[in-house]
Amino acid sequence: MAQFSWHMPRWFHQMGSPKWFYNFGGLLQPWFALAAVALLTCGMVWGLAFAPADYQQGNSFRIMYVHVPSAILSQSIFLSMAIAGAIGLIWKMKIAFMVARSCIAIGATFTLIALVTGAIWGKPTWGAYWVWDARLTSTLVLLFLYAGVMALNQAISERQIAGKATAILAIVGTVNIPIIKYSVEWWNTLHQSSSFSLTEKPSMPAEMYLPLLLTVLGSYFLFGLVVLIRTRSQILQTQNGASWLLQHKDISGAK
Amino acid sequence: MYFESVGELWRMAGHGPYVWSCYGLFMVLLAVNVLHARSERLSALKQAKAFIRRNRN
Repeated sequence: MAQFSWHMPRWFHQMGSPKWFYNFGGLLQPWFALAAVALLTCGMVWGLAFAPADYQQGNSFRIMYVHVPSAILSQSIFLSMAIAGAIGLIWKMKIAFMVARSCIAIGATFTLIALVTGAIWGKPTWGAYWVWDARLTSTLVLLFLYAGVMALNQAISERQIAGKATAILAIVGTVNIPIIKYSVEWWNTLHQSSSFSLTEKPSMPAEMYLPLLLTVLGSYFLFGLVVLIRTRSQILQTQNGASWLLQHKDISGAK
Repeated sequence: MYFESVGELWRMAGHGPYVWSCYGLFMVLLAVNVLHARSERLSALKQAKAFIRRNRN
């Protein structure tokens, strides 16, 4: 196969270096942790105690501040995983496979939270925990896709092959993402359409959507934090004996 | 605060159990993810240190 000869910027190739990723990730990690904790705490306290109740749903609408970020992240993480996998396949970058692997558990967690909080919200709002509606069903399929990706990744012990297989399944699985996104428009559904969009002005008053903005951003930072920690652990596991690692302060004991 | 008292914040006019269980689930599951990643890192560090010790002797 002909080699790709696109000219990629320097930082792109730097990211593929285990040493560079380990060190740069180590610098980012505490800031991501701080941002995640601060944004999530403010957003949740605001959403729970200070935002006004919804005129139709009453206080149950406060579930939105944890449900919507989880639903957004469940899809963003799946896409990130597929993109990282594709980068790994195209540029044969091991770090990209590690990043994709780090996405699986946290993505599945956000999907599970979105489904369970949605079910709990459904009870006082629709009168039922679960309905076989297009949005709910396609999100359940997403959870199964995560489970499949996780099983495949763990079933293959050779990391490079596991990375490739996982990447292909993740790329194929992204077909489900537009289905989830447009399910509320394509089919008759109980689920309300998007309450939040990057391109449009929010339909809610500021004191209702600002806490949501905080919990969404906080969730992204938390996702970033987990991916950094997990990818750096995989670098430690696979770089045994590398000279940069032998002298690294994390290993040589000089704290 | 939107509510008159802490008791009302807790009850949320009958929606308390729904709202609080969702927030609890969100926090617990995310904390488990971070803690698990953290313990994975500690054991990876331990392994790397052991590897160096073995190869030094």
